[in-house]
Amino acid sequence: MSLRRTLALVKKNMKMFTRQPAVLFLLLLFPIIVTATFGLAFGGMGQGGVTNFDIGLLNLDAVSTDPQWTNSFEGNLTELEGITVTYFDDNASGQSELLQGNMDAFIVIPEGFGDSCTSYWNSPFDGSSWINTTVELYVDSGSMIASSAIPPLIQQVVLKTMFGNDATTLDLPVDIGSPTLVEASYFTQWDFMAPGIFAFASIFMIMIVAQSLTEERDGGLLKRLGTTPLKSHEFMLSQVISYMLIAVVQVFLVFAASFLIGYRPATDAAGLGFAFAILLAFSLVNVGFGLIAATISKSAEIASGLSFIFIMPQMFFGTFMPLGGLTETISRFMPSNYVTEAITTLFLRGAPVTTLSIWSNLGIVLVSGLVLLLIGVVLFRRYSTR
Amino acid sequence: MHEEYTKSEFAAQTALTDKKNLGIIYVLCVCLSMSNTISKHAIKIENLTKRFEKVTAVDDLSLEIGWGELFGLLGPNGAGKTTVINILSTLLEPTNGVAAVADHDVVFGADEVRKIIGVCPQEPAFYQHLTGRENIELMGDLHEVPKDVLKDRVETMLKKIGLEDDADRRAGQYSGGMIRRVSTLMALISDPKVALLDEPTVAMDPVSRRAVWDFIRELKSNGKSIILTTHYMEEAEELCDRVGIIDQGKLIALGSPKELMEEHHAEDLEEVFIKLTGKKLREGF
Repeated sequence: MSLRRTLALVKKNMKMFTRQPAVLFLLLLFPIIVTATFGLAFGGMGQGGVTNFDIGLLNLDAVSTDPQWTNSFEGNLTELEGITVTYFDDNASGQSELLQGNMDAFIVIPEGFGDSCTSYWNSPFDGSSWINTTVELYVDSGSMIASSAIPPLIQQVVLKTMFGNDATTLDLPVDIGSPTLVEASYFTQWDFMAPGIFAFASIFMIMIVAQSLTEERDGGLLKRLGTTPLKSHEFMLSQVISYMLIAVVQVFLVFAASFLIGYRPATDAAGLGFAFAILLAFSLVNVGFGLIAATISKSAEIASGLSFIFIMPQMFFGTFMPLGGLTETISRFMPSNYVTEAITTLFLRGAPVTTLSIWSNLGIVLVSGLVLLLIGVVLFRRYSTR
Repeated sequence: MHEEYTKSEFAAQTALTDKKNLGIIYVLCVCLSMSNTISKHAIKIENLTKRFEKVTAVDDLSLEIGWGELFGLLGPNGAGKTTVINILSTLLEPTNGVAAVADHDVVFGADEVRKIIGVCPQEPAFYQHLTGRENIELMGDLHEVPKDVLKDRVETMLKKIGLEDDADRRAGQYSGGMIRRVSTLMALISDPKVALLDEPTVAMDPVSRRAVWDFIRELKSNGKSIILTTHYMEEAEELCDRVGIIDQGKLIALGSPKELMEEHHAEDLEEVFIKLTGKKLREGF
């Protein structure tokens, strides 16, 4: 084992990466662009994690004899942080704005709303004497965040309207320990996507590994290296070191880019360190897949295409795409899924680094990486070098 | 070196017959250890055959090349020249027969062989995005040439081969002749004991070719053993001590260019080849 030979090849690889604009783009610029684009589109710059909702309001109880209830409802609604209320005079125009995506929700206060509230307070324990009405709530079905966050917010507004400020401090024998949904309303869509994006950003390393190795093979360079004292394991080690160095830079850039657009994960330095470590372990997976793709590719062009056999499943079943049913079962076989899961646990759920599940995720990624690397090395040595 | 080896054998025999002389026994040990590193032949090939499925690329080839000898392997395309080079450079394993470089078998002692050879492949293999200098230095690093020696050697060699002004340009921007010169330096930067040069001057302009010829002559004068494959007859006549002509994998003639021309009453090696095979050496190019 010669450190000098290995480091000479690492140096060579680094020069090759930095001198090829296309490679540099895919390895470094692409992850930054993906992070910045998704972060700005689904998060919003420097908002400190609070989502804004545009809500339309139509009051059909304007002629009520007891307008204090509708006024209270409107007041409680506008008081909520991040809510912008737009008033409408008719149902059709409100629905139209909602359909066009100009609003996140549309609320219709029914005629008789005030009477309904008054009837409750007149005889709170006699349900038969109540005047029942329904507040209609229409939510933008195209927005995952709006669909999940707005209904509990409106529920909160109705309760506050009915029971006043004491509504949230009522002394009840049963309590909800963790108001998850209300907390979740303060997350942006980017918060949910970010862990997957971090894993996604490094997946394209597979293509670069496959391309560069097939180019070296086709150009006769691997044969030439085979006539020198260089050992196969020194060559492979140089590849792994080179791509892990790239992964370090990638992770740093992606984290820095997301920080700049206002992303603040719910973790500390130890959590960030762990995320760094699991993404580095994931780079082993990508080098392994790259070696396998290079082995089965007859040229660099074919290698680019074949790389997607390994890129697509990892992307669709293990990064930011929603999973369920069969896709969730498939995702258990994707190393990227364990990376996303661990980072989600740290960054979104705010779990400490001592959480057992993230360490088992790291173990799975590391073992998968080493196994895939071993398979890749064996296949590449057998079929691609001599 | 050949002579030294004979002396060491003699010393060993003397020491064995006079066991009272401990000093000579010590000399014996030293000589025996030396005999492991100094071989009789730079290259020895015995009954070498290489088949690729139904095609026999090399057919029962036997050859011995001495230290300091510049040996030319001549033949048309597809004659088996490159296959011989690939076997000697440990890239291919023979189907039958043995080949050894400095007494190291190319199959069982491949690691040792790779330490002492320098290979210039027929198709120049180089990193396009590295400069000429970086390509050469990389090969020096792979052979673990001491850093200070490597730096000086690269400078000297670049000057000798006329590349000092272009050494820091990316190799992808080089002309065909420049690439071949860089490829030759990549093969020789480790100061190999045995140089395997597979058509190093093919498609080179006359100036570049002359530069490479001068370079090869200097290598020979430094005691290196060189196998040079070529289909340029004037190159073989100009440079080689001995030549072996192969056709369809078989060695059909062996000797110095002068001997072969005299033996076959020919004016040049091209004519020798025509007389032996009935075809021109460069047919089909």
